[in-house]
Amino acid sequence: MIRATLRGGSILALLLAAWLSTMTSALAVDTQAAFADPVQQARYENITRELRCLVCQNETIADSSATLARDLRREVRRMIEEGQSDEQIRTFMIDRYGDFVLYRPRMTARNFLLWAAPALLLLAGGTVALIYIRRRAAEADVETDTDRADSGTNMS
Amino acid sequence: MRMLKFIIPLGLFAVLGAFLFKGLYRDPSFVPSPLIGKPAPAFSLPSLQDPAFPVVSSELRGKPWVLNVWGTWCGGCRAEHPVLLEIAQQKRVPIIGLNWRDDSVQAQGWLRDLGNPYSAVAVDQEGKTAIDWGVYGAPETFLVGADGKVLYKHIAPMTLDVWNKEFLPRIDSAAQGQP
Repeated sequence: MIRATLRGGSILALLLAAWLSTMTSALAVDTQAAFADPVQQARYENITRELRCLVCQNETIADSSATLARDLRREVRRMIEEGQSDEQIRTFMIDRYGDFVLYRPRMTARNFLLWAAPALLLLAGGTVALIYIRRRAAEADVETDTDRADSGTNMS
Repeated sequence: MRMLKFIIPLGLFAVLGAFLFKGLYRDPSFVPSPLIGKPAPAFSLPSLQDPAFPVVSSELRGKPWVLNVWGTWCGGCRAEHPVLLEIAQQKRVPIIGLNWRDDSVQAQGWLRDLGNPYSAVAVDQEGKTAIDWGVYGAPETFLVGADGKVLYKHIAPMTLDVWNKEFLPRIDSAAQGQP
């Protein structure tokens, strides 16, 4: 029993070590020196965390060690140093790679329906439910009326 | 009326199912280019053969041309190379190579050993021009019209099938548009 728990413990420690090692490697991806200005550094970290690395697709350019991600980080760094706004940097990326580069998608004319879908579905479902409930209530009223009418005839 | 109650949800389900089914066969690694129909990003880069002579994109204006992004580190580029050689033999449009983040000596050796389909090769050492063109993998091949607008982009190794079906018709119709 004790041996079993010990073994469980060591497996847990191993898993923890594996998890920690992936964390440190992720942190070591960006080897560039930080900005002198902490505000610029914060902006840099924010933007690179919201841009998709298109080679690896499910990684942000902040997390990816791909050459393209490194090049894109360099471009973001350059644009921040040049004093461009976050919006300008995002537009730069969208112009080249399309909306897919954004992890937080924008609402555009093309995907408006997708954004509106939850509200539209709720509205449609709610309307159907309302009509159904009203009709059921009306039918129930009619039924009780006929019941009364029936009992009335029985009485006489 | 009773039938309708049954048919409407079934119809909605069929439409949803059709979309999801289509989605199963779409390749998520294919990202459509926002550049189609827009002016091709300009570049002026050193030539692979002679770094003293730059390859300047604005000089190509006036007739359609093809930009092929490649590197010696790219396996797909080796696979498509014979196809590029064959396309170059047709002499329909100039093929400009964009040697992306590569070693120039190795790239020169590659062209010597495998043959050179390119009218000119621009060296993009820093990958800046590749970013301007929205390149995210190699090989990628763009078709630029005579007016300097991007007409088409092919992601993945070029094949004769793609060339005949997607590139040639666009080159032909661009040529017809001009008197």
